[in-house]
Amino acid sequence: MNAIEVRELVKDYGSFRAVKGISFDVREGEVFGLIGPNGAGKTTTLRIIATLLRISSGSVQVFGNDLRREPHEVRKILSYLPEDAGAYKNLTGREYLQFIADFFASGRAADEIVKKGIEIASLSDRIDDKVDTYSKGMTRRLLVSRALMTEPKLTILDELTSGLDVINAQEIRKTVKSISEKGTTVLLSSHNMLEVELMCDRIALINDGRIVELGTPAELKGKHNASNIEEVFTKVVTA
Amino acid sequence: MSSLTNIVKKEFREMLTKSTIIPVILMAVMFGYLGSMMGDVEEEVSAPPVIGLVDLDDGVISDIAFKVLNASSDMAYNGTDVDAGLEEVKKAGGVALIVLPANLSSDILNGSRGYIDVYWMMEGAGMLDAISSASVDSLLGSMSYGISAYLVNESSETDPAVVLFPVERSDTTIFQDEVMEDVSPDFLITMLSAQSFTVPFIIMMIIIMAGGMVISSMGLEKENKTLETLLTLPVSRGSIVSGKLVASALVGLVMAGIYMVGFNYYMTSIETSAEIDLAKYGLDLSPVDFILVGVSVFVSLLAALSMCMVLGTYAKNYKSAQTLTMPITLLAIIPMFITMFKDFGTLPLALQAVLFVIPFSHPMMAMRELMFGNYALVLGGIAYVTAFAIVMIAITVWIFKTDRLLTGSMKGKGLTRLLRKKR
Repeated sequence: MNAIEVRELVKDYGSFRAVKGISFDVREGEVFGLIGPNGAGKTTTLRIIATLLRISSGSVQVFGNDLRREPHEVRKILSYLPEDAGAYKNLTGREYLQFIADFFASGRAADEIVKKGIEIASLSDRIDDKVDTYSKGMTRRLLVSRALMTEPKLTILDELTSGLDVINAQEIRKTVKSISEKGTTVLLSSHNMLEVELMCDRIALINDGRIVELGTPAELKGKHNASNIEEVFTKVVTA
Repeated sequence: MSSLTNIVKKEFREMLTKSTIIPVILMAVMFGYLGSMMGDVEEEVSAPPVIGLVDLDDGVISDIAFKVLNASSDMAYNGTDVDAGLEEVKKAGGVALIVLPANLSSDILNGSRGYIDVYWMMEGAGMLDAISSASVDSLLGSMSYGISAYLVNESSETDPAVVLFPVERSDTTIFQDEVMEDVSPDFLITMLSAQSFTVPFIIMMIIIMAGGMVISSMGLEKENKTLETLLTLPVSRGSIVSGKLVASALVGLVMAGIYMVGFNYYMTSIETSAEIDLAKYGLDLSPVDFILVGVSVFVSLLAALSMCMVLGTYAKNYKSAQTLTMPITLLAIIPMFITMFKDFGTLPLALQAVLFVIPFSHPMMAMRELMFGNYALVLGGIAYVTAFAIVMIAITVWIFKTDRLLTGSMKGKGLTRLLRKKR
């Protein structure tokens, strides 16, 4: 079963067409990368799948649920981490995780989710400090843990390691990989081509609202005679 | 372009936006309205008051009284029948019927004080509603002065205290067909001052504070980038909207309670002599009335908060959210001032319409209107505000379902099609 099926997806902002009829599938359990230059339509596509934006035309199915008709069902099985997301500054890290966990479970089950979140965030004692006092990296770790702690069927990660140092970024990638191995489908967008190459099973390259390449990293590198995905990206986009 | 000019230009653009200009324009319009209202009142004061005179005395003193009163008033009735006099004065929209008793002249000329009856016709209990009665008050003073002058000229035997104050009066106020004996319009307005000031003020505070919180909450969600996460959680848009409304309403009510305690202390300290039993004059509220006031406050708060939610969707950040509270502040201040100064029933039709349309006016007026049994206005107000709140909540939930919150544009497919069709 495909986790996501996108068919002829179009998104208009007034007279501007941001996404121009794209189609792709994301298989269950895979890490799928959506890459492209700024303004190509990546974030718009991710926001549509995350139920934040409405579809102008076309269709999207998430684990068999039609996005237009059953957005609430889709929200039950996904988590979305926006690129510039924030957390409630007046809460502590633990309270923030508890706030989110309470939407998915109650009682002991919610506590278990929070426990998992604290483990992923690795903020030690600082988890009980106000979010307001966190550095950018700490906030990002908290937000990543928020997105992953519920073990969603689908997680959409926009610029996963944005604001993290090399060590923290590596840790987070490992966590995402391990969650994916347990069955969570990951839809990822990043400007970090190394990250994309390391993590993704398949990649779609989007440019000017259209998907211009789709395949495994090895397939794409072979097709464009490139040594890495960054080269593929440059060749495709500047062609 | 110099660096200074460049910076001034940039600052100018930042400061002079639609959201800063519109509230100022609204404020100017409001002042214009208040100004024209004050102008009407000024005309009312300068015009001779419409009165009636029942002369049962037909003596020298009542002659003097008639001359003085007739010189400075528009006399709608001059006869000997109180009921007919009341009828005529009411028909002419008059202020008072002055009754000179049969023995007025003999009493005064024999060295006793004369007693007259004044029947006041009051249509409203706002501060400005008492102005016309004040002009009749001064007319009665002139009448007393005229009698004093006569007594000084004609008789040196009369008690100086009587010469100085030859007439005492007994007031009866007829307020919206309710006859209140021994009550003057001033006294009635003092009695109702708590309703005139405290209620509109507290309602205004609740609306501004709770409304500000809702708009700021939306601004903060956007500024802190928490809105996107919230909207992808498995919770309905209706629950998000309701959650924000309920929390703000509760916090607003708590804050209003604190204000009410402080304001009550303030009011009681300036009303030291106002040991008044409102129930004696039938001006108390029944339990049902209190429930109606509560319902009116509740639905208005709901309407205000849902309106703030709609405005809050325009907030880009906390700073812009502060500017967006301006329209709500104005809409709360305008009815507060109007209801303080005038009763709904005594306002010009256009102003009545404005007051009715502003949903926050209704709880400000409810208590006073219920005291005088004006249930139609209160119930009509509750129905209107409830409908207004339902529409606003529906709009808010609809906006939460569109892209507007994230993109700032509401141009969905349906709207685009509609626009195309119109073109």
